[in-house]
Amino acid sequence: MYACGPMSDRTTLTRRGLFRGVSTAAILTGCVNKSNETGTQTPGVDDASAPGEIGPDAASVRFTLNGKPAEAKVEPRTTLLDALRIDLHTTGAKLVCDRGSCGACTVLVDGMQRNACMTLAHDVAGREVTTVEGLASGGELSALQKAFVEHDALQCGFCTSGMLVSCAGLLRRTKGQTLTERDVKAAIAGNICRCGTYPHIVAAVLDAAESKGA
Amino acid sequence: MERFSIVRLATLKETSARVAEGAGERVIRAGGIDLLDRMKEGLEAPTELVELQSIGGEEGTALRGASEKDGGWRLGALVTLGQIAAMTDLPKAYRALQVAAGEAATPGIRNAATLGGNLLQRPRCWYFRHQDMVCLKKGGDMCYAQTGDHRYHAILGAGPSWIVHPSSTASPLLALDASVEIWDGKASTRTVPIADLFALPTVDPEREHTLSPGEILLSVQLPAPVADQRSAYATAKEKQSQDWPLAEASVRLSMRGGKMSQVRVALGHVAPIPWRAKEAEAILEGKTPSADLFVEAAKAATSPAKPLAGNAYKVPLTHGLLRQALHEATGLAEA
Repeated sequence: MYACGPMSDRTTLTRRGLFRGVSTAAILTGCVNKSNETGTQTPGVDDASAPGEIGPDAASVRFTLNGKPAEAKVEPRTTLLDALRIDLHTTGAKLVCDRGSCGACTVLVDGMQRNACMTLAHDVAGREVTTVEGLASGGELSALQKAFVEHDALQCGFCTSGMLVSCAGLLRRTKGQTLTERDVKAAIAGNICRCGTYPHIVAAVLDAAESKGA
Repeated sequence: MERFSIVRLATLKETSARVAEGAGERVIRAGGIDLLDRMKEGLEAPTELVELQSIGGEEGTALRGASEKDGGWRLGALVTLGQIAAMTDLPKAYRALQVAAGEAATPGIRNAATLGGNLLQRPRCWYFRHQDMVCLKKGGDMCYAQTGDHRYHAILGAGPSWIVHPSSTASPLLALDASVEIWDGKASTRTVPIADLFALPTVDPEREHTLSPGEILLSVQLPAPVADQRSAYATAKEKQSQDWPLAEASVRLSMRGGKMSQVRVALGHVAPIPWRAKEAEAILEGKTPSADLFVEAAKAATSPAKPLAGNAYKVPLTHGLLRQALHEATGLAEA
């Protein structure tokens, strides 16, 4: 489904090096998505890297949301956050600063933390988006979410969905590795909690990392 | 944000032509972080965002990739700050750049923000960023920072605008003797020292860079490290994360036989351009590292400074950061 363009051996080596330490998804992000070659899909709608023009009127964008196909008909100016909350009724990601400063809207795009408020909905065509709604499975909270509860890692709760997504991203990227307090602090460096629950969040993430992961 | 279209073209040539035809109305978008910020603030209302991310083939690979050649490195303009910070095969000699890239903004922003966009973002000055303020940078007749609240503004090289250059990768890249590769919009590229990418407000107060309409920044090129090269970056911010620096110092030097050579000192967030401090370089070149010498070099670095009433604190702050970077680069533990 994804394919990189032709590269020399040297380039391959260095590109591999470039992305070592970040998730495989990051490599895919940098490559050309050829899903439209099947001929059944429309460039732009399913593939944010394929040539085409969108707008200014509303147009369809299709992507994977929490493991399921999602489609929204939105104007190019619509942020991913607005498309999620207003069009797709997925309100876990919160609108707070709307400038990428607070992290309340944090989602994972192909496994990487992103601010949904500074991402356009059409940017994620063909990509995988994970919101806090995608962390639990079969109605059961993830180990990370349970750890948040056990460690009382929230007070008002408004930052929590963004915190959870940032931390889930960390746990997925570092599966099998031992995490330190510093790793967790670095991962939530873009998430502001005005209640000051940081120490409990760090403890919860370290606990979840030791037990069962994201 | 006002309504706009997203235009995704496959080649640099088409992309460049599309923007040049509608200058002012059509803008190039890389990661789009600063662009969307300006659009949300009502500073700009382009009718078309012409995407770099859709450029394919070899051009696309070059824009998105990082590669080594003859010991030097080429970083595509679309490589994100997060990717730079995570690279494990970049020589330690370029450490200043990796630290700066990894400390800018937040993890979420660094996953979207590109190297090219970081170098070409607009200033953070609150007068410039205010929709209702028609300052010198927006065609007005004065810089409000000069007599206003200028706590974050320039102490070096300023006037008639007192902005500081907002890029955190610019000062390490200047210290590392980087060049930038620029597509001319038609058929060829030119490579110029990164210092030539930036322009003082005396040249044109409304712009911070020297690119002509239709030109596109393609890559940053780092020369092969000099023998025994070390580099270091030091910054101070009001917040640990999600903040722009108050000041930054970047150094590059070679340590051989206990002496420093090929010394480069660049300062950030103290001038309208990333600021090369040749006065400091001259004091350090060929000398044995010592705390006293670093004090002398730090004072020399800011000797041309002309602080305003509210930002003189940046002078000693810059001293401290440069001393910090020098101690780190040389491994000197005395203090």
